[in-house]
Amino acid sequence: MAPVVQLRAAVALAGRFPALAGVDLSLESGQVMVIVGANGAGKTSLLRACAGLLPVTAGEATVLGVDLTADHTAVRRHVGLLGHAAPLYDELSAAENVRFAVKALRLPVADADAALERLGLVGRLRSTPTGRLSAGQRRRVALAALVARRPALWLLDEPHAGLDAPSRSLLGDLILEAVTDGASVLLSSHEPQLSVPLADRVVAMGGGRVTGEEVGGRRAVLSAVDPASLGRSHVA
Amino acid sequence: MWHDAVLVAGKDLRVEARSRVALWQVVPFAVLVLLLLSFAIGPSAAPLRHAAPGIFWIAVLFSTVLSIQRSVAIESGEGTRDGLRLSGLDPAGIFLGKAAAVFLQLLALQIVLWAGVTFLFDVRVHQVGLAVAASLLATVGLSCAGVLYGALSAGLRVRDTLLPLLVLPVLAPVLLAGSKAWAAALSTHAGSGAEWLRILIPFAVIYLVIGIVLYGPLQEAA
Repeated sequence: MAPVVQLRAAVALAGRFPALAGVDLSLESGQVMVIVGANGAGKTSLLRACAGLLPVTAGEATVLGVDLTADHTAVRRHVGLLGHAAPLYDELSAAENVRFAVKALRLPVADADAALERLGLVGRLRSTPTGRLSAGQRRRVALAALVARRPALWLLDEPHAGLDAPSRSLLGDLILEAVTDGASVLLSSHEPQLSVPLADRVVAMGGGRVTGEEVGGRRAVLSAVDPASLGRSHVA
Repeated sequence: MWHDAVLVAGKDLRVEARSRVALWQVVPFAVLVLLLLSFAIGPSAAPLRHAAPGIFWIAVLFSTVLSIQRSVAIESGEGTRDGLRLSGLDPAGIFLGKAAAVFLQLLALQIVLWAGVTFLFDVRVHQVGLAVAASLLATVGLSCAGVLYGALSAGLRVRDTLLPLLVLPVLAPVLLAGSKAWAAALSTHAGSGAEWLRILIPFAVIYLVIGIVLYGPLQEAA
């Protein structure tokens, strides 16, 4: 089976600056890959390129069978990106936001309701305008929209940020459920103690390139991650 | 495309209904323009009646800019802009939906302004069909051109000040044809005025087609 993500010497520009400076990376179906690296390493750019938001200008890039160098927009409806900013309309409630995301793909509205319930967005949380929710609650709404869309590839940029402990635990469960259902996950993180236990593979990035990769036992991977490169003094 | 247009229009109208920007800012602004221009013309009834169609359309035109800025602002957040691009919605459908939402808001505004013009300037519409046709066609043109230029300016830091500079000259034919058509509709003389619709029709059609074709690339460029 062809890899879900296949990048060879992929280059992507953010203005004149090479956000990706020749990335080689391959993600197989049903895998969870965690990307670690310092700020500015290119993690977010990698996720945005895979989502079809950042054009790949050189090299080879195929995501879900779509050649991004030929048409980077065609892959968008098949991926789910949880970025730093939640894609929510402040005036609309959690239910309205998630239903909008689901209706855009012509999926049943029941999928939106099920996702809201799975994320614990019930009662008042469901009907409150998202502009009045806390950052963590907004992140849960964005995650509910992603879950409801059932993408083949999850692209999660610092997904643990702003979430409380139960929500972080739930996120881990959702990722493992998605993988069980055949989805693949590319996850960038500054918090390896939270993300690496979910990983099948860990990739380190720096300067817009892949600088190292660990495959196999997750505990071994965890110990191999250089805390200094993450800007942290200790990795649990 | 139509499914997506209905979805986006419904979303934009729901956002507007909740934020009430149109109700508390755009409508009062339009009425204010109506009042200020009538003050500038003076208290005499004849000049006011003569200028009524032009004042009406200037108020509509300025309010269009506000409505477009609001329409752009709904999608201006980093998250919502990316979210819309990743939504799977057809860009042509997004364009039509946003234009439809602006169209409906501007139509509602024109009803208020029509009442204002009738009250302030003591004018009556004698050719209702012509006035309605001119309003509908002009509003299609204003909405489509406005949303298109809104997409062009979206993503720029100076979009709020740039948009009026871009869009007002483009909308000048609507001001001219709308005012003339309304002048004919208000007149007691049996003049046609229908010739001005022949300017509004191609304007609306051209910007509708250009918007459907170009909204996607503009969305990407922004």
